[in-house]
Amino acid sequence: MSRQRQRDHWLARPENIRRIWRGFWAVLALTVAAQFFIPVKGHFVVDGWPAFGAIFGFFSCLAMVVAAKALGYSLKREEDYYLEGGYLEDREQQDA
Amino acid sequence: MPEYLPPAVILIVAALLIGPTRGHVRSAIVLLAPLATLWAIWQVPNGVVLTVPFLDYQIEPVEGSEVRRLFATIFAIMAFAGGLFSFRQARWYELAAANAYAAGAVGVSFAGDLITLFLFWELMALFSTVIVWAGGTPAARAAGIRYAVMHLVGGVILKVGIEGTVVHTGSIDIMPVLATNFDTWMMLIGILINAAAPPVSAWLADAYPESSPTGSVFLSAFTTKTAVLALILLFPGEPVLIWVGIYMVMYGIIYALLENDARRILAYSIVNQVGFMVCAVGIGTQMALNGAAAHAFAHIIYKALLFMSAGVVVYRTGKSRCTDLGGLFRTMPLTTVCGIIGALAISSFPLTSGFTTKSMISDAAASEHLVVVWYLLAAASAGVFLHAGIKFPWFVFFQKDSGLRPKDAPWNMGAAMVLFAVLCIGLGIYPQPLYELLPYPVDYVPYKAGKVLFYLQLLLFSGLAFFLLLPLMQRTRTISLDTDWIWRVALYRVAYGVGAAAREAGDLLAGAVDRIRGDIARYGRRHLGAGETGEDRGVFAQAWPIGLTALWIAVLLIAYVVVYLL
Repeated sequence: MSRQRQRDHWLARPENIRRIWRGFWAVLALTVAAQFFIPVKGHFVVDGWPAFGAIFGFFSCLAMVVAAKALGYSLKREEDYYLEGGYLEDREQQDA
Repeated sequence: MPEYLPPAVILIVAALLIGPTRGHVRSAIVLLAPLATLWAIWQVPNGVVLTVPFLDYQIEPVEGSEVRRLFATIFAIMAFAGGLFSFRQARWYELAAANAYAAGAVGVSFAGDLITLFLFWELMALFSTVIVWAGGTPAARAAGIRYAVMHLVGGVILKVGIEGTVVHTGSIDIMPVLATNFDTWMMLIGILINAAAPPVSAWLADAYPESSPTGSVFLSAFTTKTAVLALILLFPGEPVLIWVGIYMVMYGIIYALLENDARRILAYSIVNQVGFMVCAVGIGTQMALNGAAAHAFAHIIYKALLFMSAGVVVYRTGKSRCTDLGGLFRTMPLTTVCGIIGALAISSFPLTSGFTTKSMISDAAASEHLVVVWYLLAAASAGVFLHAGIKFPWFVFFQKDSGLRPKDAPWNMGAAMVLFAVLCIGLGIYPQPLYELLPYPVDYVPYKAGKVLFYLQLLLFSGLAFFLLLPLMQRTRTISLDTDWIWRVALYRVAYGVGAAAREAGDLLAGAVDRIRGDIARYGRRHLGAGETGEDRGVFAQAWPIGLTALWIAVLLIAYVVVYLL
């Protein structure tokens, strides 16, 4: 890398990633703030509360990621797990 | 001469012609047969239009109705786009199998009776297996065998249910029932196996990702969605389907989050999306069934689009694991954009087809006051954005720079992707044409300011959660165990154990037999054996001295005389 380093794609540059993050935070704030002007008519009381969609969405995802992570400890196996099972065709594959 | 040709026949003829033809003729068949089928589908009016006597039954190979035409239409569109995507890359037998597979799906759509339904059902099972095998690797071969076994077992269960229903009701008609007795339960289970319902959801993510880059596009569309149509026709409002659907929705999300293979992530998200439809069929109101049908229509398009973008990546790089991919947006802008559009549509982002169709299902749950179901579906919508909406494009096209600089899609693959991307957006902005095809009248307004705002909050904050939780989601080179572990490993071990135990018992038995045989031989030799020398002889085989014999005879005679005199 003695020469001037070739610039990466504009999407991959750190300064632009920072800009995207700032824009993302602004949009997030906007969707919550917009609820002061656009009423969300809830089906079941709670879902019409301010920022309910935001909070519900965030924590649902948190719960699902944590659940997946926890299940992963018992469910994850090495990629060749089933190859050790001793099936005929898999043995052929291992021999090949 | 029947007045109406079954539309499926066109695709079957095309499948037969693909093998013997070459070059442009074959390409023309692959591309034009689905369009001819589409035309034929729209010539079918409502009601039974063709009956054929078979044994003692009048079978009805073609029966039209709104929902049947809707599904047949999207199957034909899918066959066209899949053909466009693959006709220059796929092997001829994969294309032929894809046409026969699509013929099965169209045939099921118009099946007016249970016998016809079953025949086309099995046609799909056979030729989808061929498509899995067309993957060409040893893993594809093994997965294809597991796939075939699962679908043949499902077919047998469905057949048991159909036979029972025909025997007990005397009718082969397809009409709405509830799972109340053995026959209907067997039919329901047979259909649900094709829908990848629990506990056998694993077949889908096992088989589809092993197919070729083009094969998985076809596989994603037909089997599970014909199962949804069969549920709409046979089991609308069956309450158990609500919870089967919810389970599938959650299962798809959790397993997709754990998964490393890009196409397997998409396979799990098929289970997730079909779960929404199964749940809607369980709710069973007109709005819910409309939602299930519309969502199936939209889903086939965006899921095929996602599999196309993943297929292009596999085709160009030969890799499908997230740990091997990343940073592809630099050289594959078209594939990236189309993948993102598919990802937004599956997440039901406003202005995409997912929003205008899936929200019908949520609203149907709300109008039936199914509070828990509604909240779970809302949470699942967030989860879809998490596992398919962001995870798929992020790990494949962005994240780290993998150093791969593959070329973008070949022109025909690009054209197929653009076609479906346009449909995803088009149906999101202007869903009326789709709404008019739905089985029940629609007075549904998809876009209300409050609802759009709610879903924007839900989805965008799911996106925030994804990026904040990225450290928890680092990809590992692993697979996840599923219920198929029971028959792939546990039953195998049991069978192996039984075999070993039997061998052990056999050895023991053989040893005992040997010992007993030896004992008998020794015993016989000792008492009867004529050995090499006089001393070796057994007691009864020895030569006794003559005097001793005479003595014994004298003793016996004396004994006789004594006994006589007494």
